[in-house]
Amino acid sequence: MRGQSLLFVLLVTVAVGPADVWAASKNGLFHLGRVATPEEIQAWDIDVAPGGEGLPAGSGTVEEGQRVYAKHCAGCHGATGVEGPSPKLVGGQGTLASAHPVKTVGSYWPYATTLFDYIYRAMPFVAPQSLTPHQVYAVTAWILFQNGLLDKAAVLDRETLPKVRMLNRTGFVPDPRPDVNRPGS
Amino acid sequence: MTDKNEKLTPDERELGVLSHDTPVTTRPKEPPTRRAFLTGATSLFGVAAAHVLLAPFLGHAANVSGDPTRVPGALATEYGRRSPFERAKRLTKPQRSRTPLQDLHGIVTPSALHFERHHNGVPLIDPAKHRLLVHGLVERPLLFTIGELKRFPSTSRLAFVECSGNSGKEWKGPKGKTVQEIHGLTSTSEWTGVRLANVLSEAGLAPGATWMLAEGSDAAAMTRSLPLNRVLDEALLCYAQNGEPLRPEQGYPLRLLVPGYEGSTCVKWLRRLKLVASPVMTREETSKYTDLMPDGTARQFTFEVEAKSVITTPSGGQRLKKTGYVEIRGLAWSGRGRVEKVEVSVDGGKNWRTARLQAPILPKCHTRFCLDWWWDGGEAVLQSRCIDETGYRQPTRQELVEVRGTNSYYHYNAIQSWQIDKEGNVRNVQV
Repeated sequence: MRGQSLLFVLLVTVAVGPADVWAASKNGLFHLGRVATPEEIQAWDIDVAPGGEGLPAGSGTVEEGQRVYAKHCAGCHGATGVEGPSPKLVGGQGTLASAHPVKTVGSYWPYATTLFDYIYRAMPFVAPQSLTPHQVYAVTAWILFQNGLLDKAAVLDRETLPKVRMLNRTGFVPDPRPDVNRPGS
Repeated sequence: MTDKNEKLTPDERELGVLSHDTPVTTRPKEPPTRRAFLTGATSLFGVAAAHVLLAPFLGHAANVSGDPTRVPGALATEYGRRSPFERAKRLTKPQRSRTPLQDLHGIVTPSALHFERHHNGVPLIDPAKHRLLVHGLVERPLLFTIGELKRFPSTSRLAFVECSGNSGKEWKGPKGKTVQEIHGLTSTSEWTGVRLANVLSEAGLAPGATWMLAEGSDAAAMTRSLPLNRVLDEALLCYAQNGEPLRPEQGYPLRLLVPGYEGSTCVKWLRRLKLVASPVMTREETSKYTDLMPDGTARQFTFEVEAKSVITTPSGGQRLKKTGYVEIRGLAWSGRGRVEKVEVSVDGGKNWRTARLQAPILPKCHTRFCLDWWWDGGEAVLQSRCIDETGYRQPTRQELVEVRGTNSYYHYNAIQSWQIDKEGNVRNVQV
């Protein structure tokens, strides 16, 4: 019986041609995966773009930020953001073209939104994604204040953060390679 | 093995410097009787039981003092491991480990020796719970299980992955000692997965979708933005490496692979692809992985790994103990395609000879090169330079530094020089 069934299948396959057997999809799609719900997307969609797209609701002040920093950040980055041992966050302005450049948020980072994005997704190192949006706005404000980029009375939120003017905003250029030993040179 | 050989490093064995000193086991004039043999090994239990008794000892050098033709070997095992005599290992720091290039052969890096770089540890992920979200500028935001991704048409290819910080300390001088320490953040595997293009087609690209943010589900939620039109042809969403599921430190259960691109773009533990109109400017593409030039500007989105090569034998920290034949061996690669040619110098770059390339020679993949050399016991400076299929030639350190200064840290691909002194000691120099 089994052999006869197989033979029948083979005969049908030959009769109608292989395309109908093999081509499962006419539009080139495989129809795998399922549509994600808005809730599922929202749970993971944490990135913040330079225009402020993706910033959550909430706000924070420099003063609040000082407390958040002292509690959650100073252990690794130092009391004022320059002591380390983890990367320096403060200072270094004017050193980028020198023999000993100091790359910090203040001297090197081109966008304030990047600071929020990074703290929100990856800090504190021992407990990433544990800070609330309010805490992240606040500590972002404090770090920018320490770098002289924000007044002490400033409040950061989804409107004001993207407008912070970073010192090295225009300091980045696209990759021009090959720049050494160009073919044909 | 004698005590003397026990003390050899893998490097010394690699160079074969003591091959004539190793005693050969000889057949005794009076072969032991079967009874005597059984008495010694197993007495009451018989041959089958001997296997059971011996199996636990596999891996102990103490068990190999005799003639292996006169004692039953170990039984089959479910998941194999290397000979206990082999000790090549990664050089580790908490967030990175380096491949022992000096101990490897051919082009494939054993999965257990593939370099690691992670930004807050290796996550432990249950593949049954892992999901890939594709959203943003798409017609249908989709969620995929690993099982669904494995149902797509599969693609396998060999490709290197190199951290753009590989050899980075050399910008400031000859800092590293061994080839592993200096250049060990590059490895080659066979990667298997589904084409990124296939998965994105399921979601359907919406107008304006020109960049893609890739995000990992590690404790750094590592993110990179990638230009879609440049990666779509070749990028793979990989679930396997060298024939088995990815190693945890390589992104288990899913990683992005952009062949030829700097390693950090090949986001591991991949959980999210978001289609966007412009780069998100994450920390890993602004503060990090950018190159500071002498004028204070910084280069950004430096994706393709430029042609590079390094001699792995003889290399820093090794010692040539005898004059005579030495096969110079090394690895060459380019993120822009195939290796066209590798040239080797033994006099610090004055004269060059073309090395043999071992097949296969694959695009964006480590390529093994070899060259015969007779060491006369004199001083020598060994170098190799790679020319890729675009005609680009790997620069000298001087050529590179003249253009880029020494503050880049990333994307260092200058010619490596190994100096050999009259005692045969090999050390890292910059000439």
